[in-house]
Amino acid sequence: MADIALQGVTKKFGPNIALRDLDLDIKDGEFFVLLGQTGAGKTTTLRVIAGLEKPNSGKVIIDGQDATGWNAAERDVALVLQQYSLYPRLTVRGNLEFPLKSRTHNLTTAEIKDRVDRVAETLQITRLLDRKVERLSGGEMQRVSIGRAIVRKPRVFLMDEPLSALDANLRDVLRVELKKLHSELGATFVFVTHDQVEAMSMGDKIGVLNQGRLVQVGTPSEIYARPINTFVARSVGTPPMNLLDGVLRGGAALLDAGGFTLPVTRTHGADGARMRFGIRPEDVVLDDNGPVSARVFDIENHGVIKILTLDIDGTHLHATVSAQTKVRIDEVVRFGWRPGKVLSFDPGNGRNLDLG
Amino acid sequence: MAAVRTNGERTINRLAIVSVLIITMIFLAPIYWIASTAFKPRNLATTIPPTIVFTPEISPFVKLFTKRSQLRAPPSQEEYAAAPWWERLVFDGGEKVVRSGRGEVQLSGYPSRFMNSLIVAITSTVLAVGMGTFTAYGFSRFRVKGEQDLLFFILSTRMLPPVVVAIPMFLMYRAVGLNDTHLGLIILYTAFNLSFSVWLMKGFIDEIPKEYEEAALVDGYTRMQAFFKIVLPEAATGIAATAVFCFITAWNEYAFALIMTNRRAQTAPPFIPSQVGSGLPDWTVIASGTLLFLLPVAIFTFLLRNHLLRGMSFGAIRK
Ligand SMILES: Nc1ncnc2c1ncn2[C@@H]1O[C@H](COP(=O)(O)OP(=O)(O)OP(=O)(O)O)[C@@H](O)[C@H]1O
Ligand SMILES: [Mg+2]
Repeated sequence: MADIALQGVTKKFGPNIALRDLDLDIKDGEFFVLLGQTGAGKTTTLRVIAGLEKPNSGKVIIDGQDATGWNAAERDVALVLQQYSLYPRLTVRGNLEFPLKSRTHNLTTAEIKDRVDRVAETLQITRLLDRKVERLSGGEMQRVSIGRAIVRKPRVFLMDEPLSALDANLRDVLRVELKKLHSELGATFVFVTHDQVEAMSMGDKIGVLNQGRLVQVGTPSEIYARPINTFVARSVGTPPMNLLDGVLRGGAALLDAGGFTLPVTRTHGADGARMRFGIRPEDVVLDDNGPVSARVFDIENHGVIKILTLDIDGTHLHATVSAQTKVRIDEVVRFGWRPGKVLSFDPGNGRNLDLG
Repeated sequence: MAAVRTNGERTINRLAIVSVLIITMIFLAPIYWIASTAFKPRNLATTIPPTIVFTPEISPFVKLFTKRSQLRAPPSQEEYAAAPWWERLVFDGGEKVVRSGRGEVQLSGYPSRFMNSLIVAITSTVLAVGMGTFTAYGFSRFRVKGEQDLLFFILSTRMLPPVVVAIPMFLMYRAVGLNDTHLGLIILYTAFNLSFSVWLMKGFIDEIPKEYEEAALVDGYTRMQAFFKIVLPEAATGIAATAVFCFITAWNEYAFALIMTNRRAQTAPPFIPSQVGSGLPDWTVIASGTLLFLLPVAIFTFLLRNHLLRGMSFGAIRK
């Protein structure tokens, strides 16, 4: 069990800067999700924590101790990757035993067998133990990879998109199992993903990475409700938050698109200040007496909900409505929004003005 | 319609088989020539047109392994009767086996040359493949300063035809006392094969995902242990392919061996053609020596054939 901190970590690959002055605090026993697009530096962050990459500057602190100079073996972390974590030449049992046979563990054959059997049972892979790894399905392989990590009882689990190569159903199942495993083991998990649904559903905390910088850290609901800027705002939620440009006029939002005026409860800046207003699709409400009129451009059916794409003079925005709502494509509808849910962003740097 | 096409396919198939057979025969003709000559009586070895049908003899092999001299007079009845069967074969060819003062049969130079070839080829192959694998691993896994330039430099050692440097090498070797030594040839062949081995092995090691070793590192293994436990088994196919190439090169090398060695460390390639017998060249003896010389490469390649088939399809290693 351990907490992890990165302090001012910068990692360069030649001219590429993968991580810029990264500060990160992960508490003992936390399920911490690193969310970011491709190239954001998620894998690099994990590799720095694991000791597979040395930062150009900055420190890695594990359990209060400066671990920057430690090699991978000394850090007592386990790594689960999207693929290639298992040795193709060995059986499942061979793979599970492998970490226990290193010189850092002094286990007897009986102890090793015992541990492997118990882990196999936990992950329901007992029947696979004598199979060659290359004969396993993707889901089975990832189960074994996770088993390989937990068999050693490390202080920290590092997982680099372990589920992203699996199909959707399997992903859901393993997501639940990983969460369960986390609460049983009580260990620190650092979980990397580019999938915001995965991040929102699994994380105790989410850290949003963008171009090597940590943009925001918070609980899923904090990230969702109070994004620090437009980047984070659009990183979570499906469909993403609508961003509409306009000006503040008499305590209300005057949209550039169509010149409609909508109420807002929190205002920032002087009358006439330019703003980027953010509203989540579920806070856009169809209402025959609503202040804005728009054309229905597209309808996506998602079972209990429908996602509408509305067109106001060429500007599109999404609205999530109940499946019972009767609308047709090209129909002209009126809508409003929940004034209390509107966020205001600086149109220049994208900062959330509500957070000061 | 379908039947017609099947018939057509069958004809094409047969044609393919026949042409493959013909091509194979053309390629195997020299081998057959050598193999058949190795079993011919001496007087049939150089007939024109070549003799195809003959009674095979073992005498060329007997002559290959024994030291002989020309008979001035035919052997006496008792001498002939007392001789073992193989010595009679030599008598029949108008020669006699040379014996020491105590009556021991003297061996020809062939067995020791063959041993020299084995020693030099095996040792230099092990060294070249071993060092090449380590070097390739370093280039593949670590950020090496000037990697491209270094790799090009390593390859450039192969760009000159080896014979160009033969004379200077000979003079240097003579100065340091390395000529006509096993060590000298081993160093030469190792150096020659190393560049090839580095390049081949780098290709194979690049194909092995580095994630495998990193997982081992995280699990508490050292870099060395990870190399031996993970990389080497994964690279076995590539090592086998590289070893065959290096072995063939070292085994068949002629020019340097001819210049650098003459007795103690001489290998089979320069020796065999010098094996002219006593008097006129005895082609049957040369052929039998050549035939035996072909065997080690054939056996080595055969033993590693499974690895080779996978290894030759560079980059197509299963992941
Ligand atoms: N070994 C390397 N050599 C050079 N550049 C690298 C190396 N590893 C990563 N980078 C660069 O650093 C940046 C961050 O890469 P990283 O792999 O951490 O991204 P990521 O967030 O994991 O992306 P993905 O979702 O695609 O896995 C990228 O621009 C990448 O090109
Ligand atoms: Mg990555």
